[in-house]
Amino acid sequence: MSDPQCKALLTAVNLTKRFGGLAANQGVNLSLERGKLHALLGPNGAGKSTCINMLSGDLPLSEGRILYEGHDISRLTAHQRSRIGIGRSYQRTNIFPQFTVFENCRLAAQSRQQRAWKIFSSAAVDFAPEKERAMAAIEETGLRDRCSRQAGTLSHGEQRQLEIAMVLATQAQVLLLDEPLAGMGSEESAKMVELLRRLRASHAILLVEHDMDAVFSVADTITVMVNGVVLESGSPLQIRASADVQRAYLGHEGSFHV
Amino acid sequence: MNFPYSLWSKLILLAALLAFPALDMPFYAELVAKTLLFGLFAMSLGLLVGYTGLASLGHAAYFGIATYVVALMTPGYEAASFWLTFPAAVLISAASALVVGLFVLRTKGIYFIMVTLAFAQMAFYLFHDTALGGGSDGIYLNARPDATLFGSKLIDLDKPLHLYYLIVLVLVLGYLFLQRILQSPFGRVLAGIKSNEHRMRSMGYPTFRYKLAAFTIAGGIAGAAGYLYAVLFGFITPELLSWHHSADVLLMVILGGMGSLGGAFAGAVAFIAMQEIFSSFTKHWQLVMGVVIVVVVLFLPGGLVAIPRRARAAFFGGASDE
Repeated sequence: MSDPQCKALLTAVNLTKRFGGLAANQGVNLSLERGKLHALLGPNGAGKSTCINMLSGDLPLSEGRILYEGHDISRLTAHQRSRIGIGRSYQRTNIFPQFTVFENCRLAAQSRQQRAWKIFSSAAVDFAPEKERAMAAIEETGLRDRCSRQAGTLSHGEQRQLEIAMVLATQAQVLLLDEPLAGMGSEESAKMVELLRRLRASHAILLVEHDMDAVFSVADTITVMVNGVVLESGSPLQIRASADVQRAYLGHEGSFHV
Repeated sequence: MNFPYSLWSKLILLAALLAFPALDMPFYAELVAKTLLFGLFAMSLGLLVGYTGLASLGHAAYFGIATYVVALMTPGYEAASFWLTFPAAVLISAASALVVGLFVLRTKGIYFIMVTLAFAQMAFYLFHDTALGGGSDGIYLNARPDATLFGSKLIDLDKPLHLYYLIVLVLVLGYLFLQRILQSPFGRVLAGIKSNEHRMRSMGYPTFRYKLAAFTIAGGIAGAAGYLYAVLFGFITPELLSWHHSADVLLMVILGGMGSLGGAFAGAVAFIAMQEIFSSFTKHWQLVMGVVIVVVVLFLPGGLVAIPRRARAAFFGGASDE
């Protein structure tokens, strides 16, 4: 495992997705390492969500390969990828609104247990490992005092935190986070960025995000996509300096300040 | 607050059921037994509709298949063994549900409703149009199964009282079994699938397998109800597998309240009671019943089981849960 070639936990090679004649992703290469946060930038419609959906197994690939710890996982389903350690959060909050915060996380943690198939034991009875993992995820994301609240009644920002907590409770090694800061106030954003920094130490993270300040402050590597292809990939400094990126962003949104 | 109330109501109901034969009203005894079997049947569908989010319109197939299993295993006038035919009927119903589930659970929403209906119609025509089970005329069960155990005739299904208590026993066991499942980790997964199946998959649950397990269990329990129905009435027609029958049980679940076993049971009781009452004074009883169901669905979205809770909220000013 000391081989530098094997350092990447998740590698995507020539990721391509065609919807009819439209190539939503064309030849995208990405690599995620533990301890590193890789951000994916690009204007709306650049193919960022398509890319995450292919990595998580929500969308099948048209072409290309995905390697996890060196194994080809391109054909695994979404639930199989979750089981080997690839977790994802969603751009639009995707929780169990009628369940409590704790039950949302407990259910996520339970997915790692064979116990999920036991039809004669009680889910409410103490079962230390999954409860501990659920509580750890809740603590980590700062939702401790929201534990027994119904998830649907949380504020938007708290629901975004719960999204992440559920991924953590599955003990994912790779975190695919689709716009975790979307719609958050500045204070909540700051807390989320803090959380991303902490999580980076022990996970490999892919972050899709529109908030430039946040991205440039936490990312180790940034990949910029436009129209389904990778325009540029490199360190935040390189990306800031790239003339191509400047042009693409000024052309599309005009909001990329350096 | 909630728990003792619901526990008490169940214990009182059970006591009433156990004491009922003492009133010695044979006509009503058969009606009550039939109602209990529909209650069990409705609870099995409740597992799918209320807890897993699968609105099957073909659930009568598994009830009906079990009725034919007991009839076909009793070809002449010789009684077949209860200990053989009952497990066989439950297993064959469950296996049929497993096979059908492999296909129908790949679909969602309106398509799921349509394919469950289509499979049930196939089963209906299998018995209706072939000589397998007497065709459209149906088939008589000439001898009730023999429940002799280790040479002792402790349970004699030819005695209405024995059959009645067996039905109560199977109902209670079926209820406890479903209740146990729903509180288990497996039950929580089903609730998660109902709430947000996509997220369940992305959290690592192979949701198809869980839904298939629920569909199979529901089919097996419907089979237990169907078996006892055949033994109770001794006459089986393909109508038991018809889509009307599937629609009736779905209406029972909706009427009583989805998302609780008690609701499915209450729906079955209300449905059959209305059938008896309305048909006693009008030929157009289905019209009256239709109106009642529409009113319940419109004004009582929680179904009949929501009535006590709403009444308490109204009288004591407690917060209603809406």
